Amino acid sequence: MLLDIKNLHVSINGKEILKAFNLTVNKGEVHAIMGPNGTGKSTLAAAITGREGYEITQGEIWFNGELINDMSPDERANKGIFLSFQYPVEIPGVSMTNFMRTALNAKREFNNQPPVSASDFLKKMEEMKNLVEIHSKLTNRSVNEGFSGGEKKKNEIFQMAMLEPTMAILDETDSGLDIDALKVVAKGVNALRADDNGFVVITHYQRLLDFIVPDFVHVMYDGSIVKSGGKELALELEANGYEWIKEAVAEK
Amino acid sequence: MAEGKDHNNILDEVTSGEYKYGFYTDIEMDTAPKGLTEDTIRFISAKKNEPEWMLEFRLKAFKYWLTIAEPNWAHLHHPPIDYQDIIYYAAPKKKPSLSSLDEVDPELLDTFNKLGISLEEQKVLAGVAVDAVIDSVSVKTTFTETLSKKGIIFCSFSEAVREHPELVKKHMGSVVPYRDNYFAALNSAVFSDGSFCYIPKGVRCPVELSTYFRINAANTGQFERTLIVADEGSYVSYLEGCTAPQRDENQLHAAIVEIVAEHNAEVKYSTVQNWYPGDKEGKGGIYNFVTKRGLCRGNHSKISWTQVETGSAITWKYPSCVLKGDNSIGEFYSVAVTNNYQQADTGSKMIHLGKNTKSTIISKGISAGHSNNSYRGMVRVAKKATNSRNFSQCDSLLLGDKCGAHTFPYITTGNESSIVEHEATTSKISEDQLFYCQQRGIDSEKAISLIVNGYAKEVLNKLPMEFAVEAQKLLAITLEGSVG
Repeated sequence: MLLDIKNLHVSINGKEILKAFNLTVNKGEVHAIMGPNGTGKSTLAAAITGREGYEITQGEIWFNGELINDMSPDERANKGIFLSFQYPVEIPGVSMTNFMRTALNAKREFNNQPPVSASDFLKKMEEMKNLVEIHSKLTNRSVNEGFSGGEKKKNEIFQMAMLEPTMAILDETDSGLDIDALKVVAKGVNALRADDNGFVVITHYQRLLDFIVPDFVHVMYDGSIVKSGGKELALELEANGYEWIKEAVAEK
Repeated sequence: MAEGKDHNNILDEVTSGEYKYGFYTDIEMDTAPKGLTEDTIRFISAKKNEPEWMLEFRLKAFKYWLTIAEPNWAHLHHPPIDYQDIIYYAAPKKKPSLSSLDEVDPELLDTFNKLGISLEEQKVLAGVAVDAVIDSVSVKTTFTETLSKKGIIFCSFSEAVREHPELVKKHMGSVVPYRDNYFAALNSAVFSDGSFCYIPKGVRCPVELSTYFRINAANTGQFERTLIVADEGSYVSYLEGCTAPQRDENQLHAAIVEIVAEHNAEVKYSTVQNWYPGDKEGKGGIYNFVTKRGLCRGNHSKISWTQVETGSAITWKYPSCVLKGDNSIGEFYSVAVTNNYQQADTGSKMIHLGKNTKSTIISKGISAGHSNNSYRGMVRVAKKATNSRNFSQCDSLLLGDKCGAHTFPYITTGNESSIVEHEATTSKISEDQLFYCQQRGIDSEKAISLIVNGYAKEVLNKLPMEFAVEAQKLLAITLEGSVG
């Protein structure tokens, strides 16, 4: 079991957003989490990655057999949890190359490994840039500064490829992407899918799931999962919208 | 969530780093009695075997100083300075004239080693001629021979007074007259030593000239004086770097740096200042009142100031350029970091007198802890300075919510054909940026260092390579809680 979330309750400023949320992700699995806006999808991503201000009032998050409720965000990251941000952040004056090298070496230090050599690093950068079709010049620019929407999202997947997480969460990676960029992002993700890692793909639309085919689809509503199924559930949602889910929940 | 450290706690921890270079070198001192009278000045002058004209200059400055009051316009707060409670002269007793590093006092070498600025290393690796100043007297000058072949003079100020009186007489006080301000008058009266540099016509100085200043004895005022003269068509890059040991008493430092650039000459002056800033409660630390000014006397001359200021309890410093020659250029690039209870009131003055003169001011202030960081800048374009151009950019970065950043620009233009631009921004390190870094495995301390270095990059890039690396480390040390 890679990720095991049990009865998770999360509040922001005293307002409960996640309510008795449960999810289990095994190695090799891709889970899609869908649902209307404001049901707590991004809160879930923030809670798993340990963002400040997201208070766990109840429940447990287990990662690789370890309880991570109280772990700092950087420790979780170094243990293999990666978040592809919905809104990637700009850091002026810090080149992507420098940023990536700092991140990679932080992880290596965490694992008692020596810093990566310049040549190995550059080689890996080249390889991963090609994977997500990032222009060479982009990595000389400051982190996300002046990047287009598509470039920012590709850049997230590029970072994921560099850091090789075992648990990757993609938060609305498809938002603001044209179809070509979407295909590139999906190609990157698919290339990284392996037997020893898992993905949680948070998305509002089914479109992304045409390219990143999930093993499981969960529908989230009002802070918890209300329906789970195979990839066909996504098509059902696409066809019927979320209204029927809301009605079903209301009937209960 | 329970594990999420409070944002402010992180910043508190990160920004409460203690001064790393607090140690004290025990070298026998030869000191003047406490206090400042005409006798003190005669004592200093006699100690240095100065000619009569030098003594007269000092006495004139002293008499002027007695008639004026300490300025109080800066955004700084400190208890009154007792000028009679200061020792105005202290020199290491051994005054060697050395030809190799082996002859340097081992304890001094050790001090430099602790600071990570081994003379030996620098001499071999960086090719930097080092004029190390410890408590007011130059102890060591390297590379003098290489330089002298090109006719370059690089020596202590005292030596210049003895060996090159005509050059000193001509230029000393020509850029910063002793009547300029309170601290300039004080320095002119009591200055102990400093550096002198002359680059002859058409000579490009092959190495970066470097001076490490160090304040080293209790209750010792430090009054350095530097004079750099770049003759027609010459070029020199000059580095000044400072660290001081930890002391309880506040120490006064009032230096003067004068630069003269003749026709087509260029001078690049870089400083990394890391004097003892006081402890976390704001006790102790250096009071740093410096007058730095360059005169672009010749046409097409250029003077650049680059500074990274991380130290001192109080900084009062405005490296300036007087653009007298037509088409001359003045530049000022600054990163000023204040932490804990440090106060900095720093900036630049660009005085445009010649036609088609250009100036640039890039100032990056970083405030953390309970500190206050002010930018104060003046741009004045004279009536005759037609078609002149100034661009000023003053950015402030705040870490935490207990510090302050202030900007005081003064702009006057005397003609219609000149353009003066001023831009200012204030920002905070955002939680989003911090979390983004942390999510990539970079801990909060490293993240802040990364973000701050990125913010200051535009200025750090202007520093010579070996200095830039040191400056980056300094920024990290100043802002991180990893030391103590």
